[in-house]
Amino acid sequence: MGVAVIGASMTQFGDRDAWIRELIAEAGQAALSDAGVDPDEIEHLYVSNMSSGEFEGQGGIMNALAHDLGLMPAYSERVDQTSSSGGAGIFEAWQSVASGASEMTLLVGGEKMTHKTTAEATDIIASITHPAEYKHGITLPSFAGLTARHYLERFDAPRESLAKVAVKNHENGVDNPHAQFRKEIDVQTAMESPMVADPLRLYDFCPITDGSAGLVFTTEERAAEITDDYAVISGIAGATDTHVVHERDDPTVMGGVVESGQQAYEMAGIGPDDIDVAELHDMFTILEFLQMEGLDFAEQGEAWELVEEGHTERDGELPINTSGGLKSKGHPLGASGVAQGYEIYKQLVGEAGPRQVEADTALACNVGGFGNCVITTIMEAR
Amino acid sequence: MSFDAYVCPNGHVTYPGHTLCPECHEEQTETVDLSDRTGEVVTWTHSTKTPPGVRAPNTLAIVEFDIAEAITDIAPDAEEPDTFVRAIGQVTTDDVETGDAVEPVYVEELRDPDVGIKEPASQEWDGYRFDPV
Repeated sequence: MGVAVIGASMTQFGDRDAWIRELIAEAGQAALSDAGVDPDEIEHLYVSNMSSGEFEGQGGIMNALAHDLGLMPAYSERVDQTSSSGGAGIFEAWQSVASGASEMTLLVGGEKMTHKTTAEATDIIASITHPAEYKHGITLPSFAGLTARHYLERFDAPRESLAKVAVKNHENGVDNPHAQFRKEIDVQTAMESPMVADPLRLYDFCPITDGSAGLVFTTEERAAEITDDYAVISGIAGATDTHVVHERDDPTVMGGVVESGQQAYEMAGIGPDDIDVAELHDMFTILEFLQMEGLDFAEQGEAWELVEEGHTERDGELPINTSGGLKSKGHPLGASGVAQGYEIYKQLVGEAGPRQVEADTALACNVGGFGNCVITTIMEAR
Repeated sequence: MSFDAYVCPNGHVTYPGHTLCPECHEEQTETVDLSDRTGEVVTWTHSTKTPPGVRAPNTLAIVEFDIAEAITDIAPDAEEPDTFVRAIGQVTTDDVETGDAVEPVYVEELRDPDVGIKEPASQEWDGYRFDPV
């Protein structure tokens, strides 16, 4: 059964006073409103979230949301796939409609993080690592530093090329009213920012963020009755790579990106050249290179050249992260994959405002852990 | 304490070990101790924004150990045995470069177990740092 997206929402991302229940309720209500769907119509509810228990001590948030929006007796479930919880939520929501189990599904992703110190939030996120990694104080940013050094040394890529990813995404984020940071930066600022995980500096990393986003899914048949402008999920797949990051054969290849991308392309019956706009998981600048290569937008070791050439800018051949990416928009863990879905949906239905590009086919790649779990979603305009 | 990599009957090696070999799904029945071997730094970083209980900066490296000879002894009939295994860990100094030769040095407590998010009893906290030779 064809699955359509008929509505989307995104709260303000950043340092919010609201706690997790309020954040997801805000996005859930806005998504229903955007879709023009009554709460009574929702049969399945999925809530993407990594760590509401660890961050806030609040469990059972899918049931809290069902009650706060009056969705009972809808089926509800919390989806955790670490940083790719949002993409996994898209996968679950797609399955619920494609299988015929639900005719109308609401997905909300959210995370409340900023009340913790950077050290505490980093530790909560690092808890996903293997004990053999965790005992050494390894963090997700340190994986990025190790990988970036290897990439730059092996492919002879200039350090500035990573800074240019940050500059591009910050520039895009200026036009996103929901972004945490709406300010342009230049290469020099990025290159002179404090060192975080050598060779990566502050501006190579996304911030810690509160926020939520929502999407409404239904059958393509029902979508056509409700609205003239909707998008369909034409390809979607998830895949895993090793839990222990150093056990991968090639440190510059994320197997989950390659595998989920290939499966999503195959399901959609298209290839990388058919993608008009993409949202990639730029939790760290180096990840944009690894995903461009894993998704076949670039040959291995050559993504940095496309960035240098402006290929991925908003007016380039393949705009990447028109939303501003996690880099400027912020990264509320469970919300990020849903917010990627928000951006490509808005691009496809022509509601992206000043960020609008010409696009009929869009891709989102949501990366969990350091490539441990990945979901690739392809949407097409109808 | 030894610094064990785990080996299955087909000569596949991992550090750390797993319930089943990720390559062929056989049980990992043998070990190779890396503690008295010299490895080579594949890549490294200085991590400055470290979590509670972790030294700052925390210099980390991925290190590759040549274990071809040991695997031939352990799994002589293996058709395509692994020839190297990688490990990750702290470095004893901030002065390290890719390609450096390093030796494992035992440390009783790599970070303070009592201030992080993980339950202290849930895992071990001793292990090996890499010391440039």
